[in-house]
Amino acid sequence: MALSNVLESPASGFNFDNAARNAAFEGLFEEGHPPKPMKTGTTIAGVVFKDGVVLGADTRATSSEVVADKMCAKIHYISPNIYCCGAGTAADTEKTTDLLSSNLTVFSLNSGRNPRVVMAVNILQDMLYRYHGQIGANLILGGVDCTGNHLYTVGPYGSVTKVPYLAMGSGDLAALGILEDGFKHDLELEKAKELVRDSIHAGIMSDLGSGNNIDICVITKQGVDYIRPFQESEYKDTRKPKYKYRPGTTPVLTKKVVPLKLEVVEETQQRMDTV
Amino acid sequence: MNSRGLRSQLKDSVPVAGLCPQGAYGVQDSLRSGFTSVKNELLPSHPLELSEKNFALNQDKMNFSTLRNIQGLHAPLKLQMEYRAARQIQRLPFLQSSNLALDTLRGSDDTIGFEDILSDPAQSEMMGEPHMMVEYKLGLL
Repeated sequence: MALSNVLESPASGFNFDNAARNAAFEGLFEEGHPPKPMKTGTTIAGVVFKDGVVLGADTRATSSEVVADKMCAKIHYISPNIYCCGAGTAADTEKTTDLLSSNLTVFSLNSGRNPRVVMAVNILQDMLYRYHGQIGANLILGGVDCTGNHLYTVGPYGSVTKVPYLAMGSGDLAALGILEDGFKHDLELEKAKELVRDSIHAGIMSDLGSGNNIDICVITKQGVDYIRPFQESEYKDTRKPKYKYRPGTTPVLTKKVVPLKLEVVEETQQRMDTV
Repeated sequence: MNSRGLRSQLKDSVPVAGLCPQGAYGVQDSLRSGFTSVKNELLPSHPLELSEKNFALNQDKMNFSTLRNIQGLHAPLKLQMEYRAARQIQRLPFLQSSNLALDTLRGSDDTIGFEDILSDPAQSEMMGEPHMMVEYKLGLL
């Protein structure tokens, strides 16, 4: 149906039509708190070691005070040599890293090379600065390219820092303590994995927003080892997602068969011509 | 009427809703945009609304002025001539144009952003009245 008050095609991209309505809604909720989006109150960490980069993350996603997802994947694929951990609003980190991955894939198809980590960082920085922090994504980017092993962090307002070890998220203070204590330059692979595991574990123990399992992703020149889960939490949940019972679970007490009496009303025969 | 001359009157910049009334002579057009409300007209309700509406335009302006400072007047002039030519290859206002030449010039045929995923105008829920949209575009409304 054609509306006569629509004078131009709607612009693509973000639509701010509901912003005024949402502002009016603020006062209507109890205690003045509108429902919060799903956040990955998180512990994520990254360490540069001798042959590459190790990234680690917990797997809990929270929505206000409820655990929304116990096996959330926080280490996102960007390109074959770059992976990214995301903290902050879950949808924002997902979509931003997806867009980044698509852009880098187009680039590598055009140029025939694997993208460099600085390129991913610059694209992210431009994208996030444009939205002035409204996109709540705190990201740790780690990757190996022709210039070496790199670990960067990008904040929601577009700030970028290049560091040898890093933790982000609500559990970052606990994780950073372990990292500060145990980090040395040019660690071996097993030591680096242990260090990241310990720091995420500290974050899980000390922070309510982090929990459940630990995922580890090791990126080297030879390839990527995405270990999910690296360590499972001792507090397992025995509830099943699906309840399907075997046939025979319920015992049969009595059985009564009543045949239906059918009358033959009409009978016709149709010859088929089979050649 | 000279249709070639009319085409060049196609609007370049995006009017910002709510900041100035959209009727003739700057008076609120009650029939089309509803009753006036002071709060609506003071400020856009979202901090990003203004900057997002004019983002492409501002980027282009910034790039052209940088180019002018580095390479002189002729470089942006020539590029803008090509942009104007490419911008005229469009369908009528109520149909979606692919803007292929414009995208190639801008370099946005190689990149994906939020404007390619969210709120695709080809799949919008509201359809406009074709005659009114053409009249609005030509400035006759």
